[in-house]
Amino acid sequence: MTTPDQYNERPSVAPHTGTTATRDFILQATGITKSFGGVHALKGASMTMRRGEITALIGDNGAGKSTMVRCLSGIHRPDSGEILLDGKPVTFENPNAAIQQGIETVQQNLALVEDLTVWQNFFLGREKTHGFGPFRTLDRKLMKQTAADLLKNLAVNVPPVTSKVRRLSGGQRQAVAIARAAGWGSQIVIMDEPTAALGVQETARVEGVIETLRESGVAVLLISHNFDQVMRLSDHVWVMRAGMAVAERRSAETSGDELVALITGAKAA
Amino acid sequence: MTTIEHVRPPRLQAVGAQVRQISFWAENAAPIGLVALVIVFSALSPTFLTLGNIKAMLVAAAILVILAIGQSFVITTGGIDLSISATMTFGAIGFGLAFQAGLGFWVSAVVAIVAGLLIGLINGLLIAKGKVTDFIATLGTLSVATGLALIVSNGKPITINSTELLTLTSGSLGIFGYPIILAAVIAVLAWFFMFRTRFGLHVQAVGGNEESAVANGISATRIRMAVYLISGGLAGVAALLLVARVGAAEPAINTQFLLNSIAAVVLGGVSLTGGKAKIVGPVIGALLLTALTNGLTLLGVSQFYQPLAVGLVVVLAALLTRFQKK
Repeated sequence: MTTPDQYNERPSVAPHTGTTATRDFILQATGITKSFGGVHALKGASMTMRRGEITALIGDNGAGKSTMVRCLSGIHRPDSGEILLDGKPVTFENPNAAIQQGIETVQQNLALVEDLTVWQNFFLGREKTHGFGPFRTLDRKLMKQTAADLLKNLAVNVPPVTSKVRRLSGGQRQAVAIARAAGWGSQIVIMDEPTAALGVQETARVEGVIETLRESGVAVLLISHNFDQVMRLSDHVWVMRAGMAVAERRSAETSGDELVALITGAKAA
Repeated sequence: MTTIEHVRPPRLQAVGAQVRQISFWAENAAPIGLVALVIVFSALSPTFLTLGNIKAMLVAAAILVILAIGQSFVITTGGIDLSISATMTFGAIGFGLAFQAGLGFWVSAVVAIVAGLLIGLINGLLIAKGKVTDFIATLGTLSVATGLALIVSNGKPITINSTELLTLTSGSLGIFGYPIILAAVIAVLAWFFMFRTRFGLHVQAVGGNEESAVANGISATRIRMAVYLISGGLAGVAALLLVARVGAAEPAINTQFLLNSIAAVVLGGVSLTGGKAKIVGPVIGALLLTALTNGLTLLGVSQFYQPLAVGLVVVLAALLTRFQKK
């Protein structure tokens, strides 16, 4: 490399890329390492997410994407490294801790219960109740209304909130899972391959939901193998290879071919 | 009861269309079966629909109703409680020994329920914490509870002369005897907890998809512990009615109550794979099985045919549930 590339320096600390000021980063992860026995899944990876943007995380299988995401959502605890959320250092003991700090994750399996209704799934584990003691009853009206409103805000095209999730299509289920993750005043929503199992039309609908989410000011971290989708949706791309975040690009300034080259290592970062 | 929200305005037309679908019959197997039995038996026997016989049937159904409710909670989580009738026997012996020791009705009643809860606790610990398959764990406690009941009673029935028990078994409000009133109160509470509280929703979630439930912060361990405790505790309550009916605490095996409690739940449209909760269905299933036995007896059909008839009804119901809407 002859000219210093403002995006391509391998960062040793959370990078301040381009003209973005530090305060514009909602999340900065620096030097994250994580090993499982002798396997070094993350070897000091650093990445950032900006407010109100969709950040894509790409890389080949085994590059460390999932481990990175699991560190951010509290499933794994990094062996070393620092995570700054809104500029403040945070550690997550468990997924609930991450959720309380405003980081929601849409699991790949969606974590929906098919035999329950849409609204029941929406509030599963954090139901609204009224009354007290053992006779505290579910506030069904409030929960149905809230779930319906949230789905409407995201322009999600789903059957009534009283229908069972079993009757929903794959895309509708994905949309419900995304709306649920977005519905708790969260700052960051992490999505692992949200459209992997979907057809063309359903993918388009789910992408619409993700864009609506960005417009509402939520930062989205998108893990995807689909470069077209990454180019379509994301504002910023991080490329991982062999446990490191090796490159970042503004989506507008890169191409699918370049991303492939970065992933495979054909092009040095 | 769970589908109240689904059926709305054009009711009559909708009902007409529904009747033509096999899923309608599958969803409502228990009430339809009960109505059919009532029509057939009342045509064949003039005694069947007399107030006296209805009252007797309701009292006879109370134990099964209570056991079916306990079983329903367990089956909703995808489990099964094979020890439920042995637990009832164990509770009955507990009541008998406590009463014999002069502790009085109320303390003895508490002993019966605690004895039931104890077996429920063992089931819960084995299944939720020990990760033993529900079928094996409760098969084991079935044998353990039966054995314990035989050991502590020395294999002999304990005769009970208690005025409270006599009131419990013979008292009534109109045609409703105290046993069925007790069962009805338990059914209403069970419905409330299953469909109107966080606990009930979590029971359904764990049964429907345990992995997703846990991912949403629900403790599957606690829920499983709770349903086996409910089942054991209700078996303890049923033990009181059993002692009241027999007039003695017997270390008998009571296998028919185990099979009928599962049969009532299946008749009630609850899927054995879990996730689909029903309370009213199993209650009607229990009434149906009792009416079947009662009707056959009135018609003078040999006792030997009763298990056959119950078996046929259950197998038919199980076949019908295949056509339930998903």
